[in-house]
Amino acid sequence: MKTASKPAVPPPTTVRPVEAPRPGPQRPPLRRRLADQSRAYAFLVGGLLCFALFSWYPAIRAVVIAFQKYTPGAEAEWVGTENFTRVFHDPEFTAAWRNTLTFTLLALLIGFAVPFVMALVLNELRHAKAFFRVVVYLPVMIPPVVSALLWKWFYDPGAGLANEALRFLHLPTSNWSNGADTALVSLVIVATWANLGGTVLIYLAALQSIPGELYEAAELDGANIWQRVRHVTIPQTRFIILMLMLLQIIATMQIFTEPFVITGGGPENSTVTVLYLIYKYAFLYNDFGGACALSVMLLVLLSAFSALYLKLTSSGGEDS
Amino acid sequence: MSTRTLVSPLTLARRRGKTLYWTVFSGIVLLFALAFLFPVYWMVTGAMKSPDEVTRTPPTLVPDKWSLTGYTDAWDLMDLPTHLWNTVVQATGAWILQLVFCTAAAYALSRLKPAFGKIILGGILATLMVPAQALVVPKYLTVADLPLIHTSLLNDPLGIWLPAVANAFNLYLLKRFFDQIPRDVLEAAEIDGAGRLRTLWSIVLPMSRPVLGVVSIFALVAVWQDFLWPLMVFSDTDKQPISVALVQLSQNIPLTVLLASMVIASIPMVAMFLVFQRHIIAGISAGSTKG
Repeated sequence: MKTASKPAVPPPTTVRPVEAPRPGPQRPPLRRRLADQSRAYAFLVGGLLCFALFSWYPAIRAVVIAFQKYTPGAEAEWVGTENFTRVFHDPEFTAAWRNTLTFTLLALLIGFAVPFVMALVLNELRHAKAFFRVVVYLPVMIPPVVSALLWKWFYDPGAGLANEALRFLHLPTSNWSNGADTALVSLVIVATWANLGGTVLIYLAALQSIPGELYEAAELDGANIWQRVRHVTIPQTRFIILMLMLLQIIATMQIFTEPFVITGGGPENSTVTVLYLIYKYAFLYNDFGGACALSVMLLVLLSAFSALYLKLTSSGGEDS
Repeated sequence: MSTRTLVSPLTLARRRGKTLYWTVFSGIVLLFALAFLFPVYWMVTGAMKSPDEVTRTPPTLVPDKWSLTGYTDAWDLMDLPTHLWNTVVQATGAWILQLVFCTAAAYALSRLKPAFGKIILGGILATLMVPAQALVVPKYLTVADLPLIHTSLLNDPLGIWLPAVANAFNLYLLKRFFDQIPRDVLEAAEIDGAGRLRTLWSIVLPMSRPVLGVVSIFALVAVWQDFLWPLMVFSDTDKQPISVALVQLSQNIPLTVLLASMVIASIPMVAMFLVFQRHIIAGISAGSTKG
């Protein structure tokens, strides 16, 4: 400890009464309390200001602007629920929500089952563990913009690697991100490739915490591998599965980079997502009222999932 | 290490088990190499092909002639030094400000018993429930015209730095860590006459090295990887970080140059990962329930 080597400092002039700290909540004099408070707030003020400006204020403001006609520089004007109805009647609105929900669902199916199976298999391997961990996490460290551009190139109808691979396997080629019916799935594949490393690692950690005796007992009862997965592994990791599912829903519903970079929302609006539409309202249509109305909708939906997530982590976190 | 998993060691020790294990093992190695390493290899070598080789079908697995012009062109034509430098400035500033302000605030909330501390902490934790991207538009309006002082932080690194401080997750991580520091240690420092700042600097921070490392990595990675927020903040091309510049410039440059720029943009994060991989992987695994 560093304190031990420090030269003895003479006691401060205002010697604290020995009985002060612990037992009775005897209040120290006002001047001292004020001094303590101002010192505490000196430490707090920078962070507090940032939260006030960039978290609390925007959250309130989103709700306010959602009911205003708002363009920067001009006087804001109250318009009631007009923004909501206007946004609602935009044909892109339905497309954006449908795409976002489909994307989330597909990402759950693909981006969820694949990492689980991967972790399950990796956990059985006795060699080169470090190699697998590094390799699976590598795409996560590649900037999302780079992953998106990389896959855009793979999906290229001409010299793209994706079709080249299909040809190599003598399979029919696909339009990938250029086809209205395949674009969304193509984006799910990119997002899964880029993000599954983290999920795999978390699953691996969860799998390693399962007591081996459970498997032993199951095996003695004659359970085969599939039954062991079904009755030991899954119940034991249920909590983590649920947590990651919620996190995944929250994350994928905010998808933006992949559609913006790879497809630009097309073809035929098949990859416009809610966040992309928010971006369009603000920066293409200069309609901040509409953008905030959409933001509030997204906010309400996602906060419900976040609240559930936080509730579960704070209540179930300790015993698992 | 030796804990029992799904498949018992006994099964693996048998001859059939052994063959099966090695078959699966090689299959997985192959799959991982193909799925995760090959795309990276393809990008790195694609940048070294000639402009018409890179668009040739069927593609060549190894460049006919290795050339570094893609990389040198990217460096000069795309103005990569500027954009890389912008990214470094943005990430470093966000990191330092986050460390300073979040640590100070967490220390205050954890140890100094400020009035309304519980309410403030509650307000900070409540922001964890608000998904960041859903608020980018009102946040943009705030940054474009700060309340009361009416200045704009657009096209200014402060527009990245200050909002980065409002990171409830990192602040909470720090606060929880500070909560665990035994009271006696801090009281001993106080009796020795150390002030609040002194205690924080010479006692609390040295003890918090692990958590500071985790927060640092989170902070740096978050800024480096972000796209939507810098896209909004920096309309001025010269100020853009590499992620935004790449997308803006991707339309009208030769493919090999774009690929080379993508590789260069990835190097810092990948290098950091390879250096700190143990810590990063351990951090992810340990924080499993907190994501």
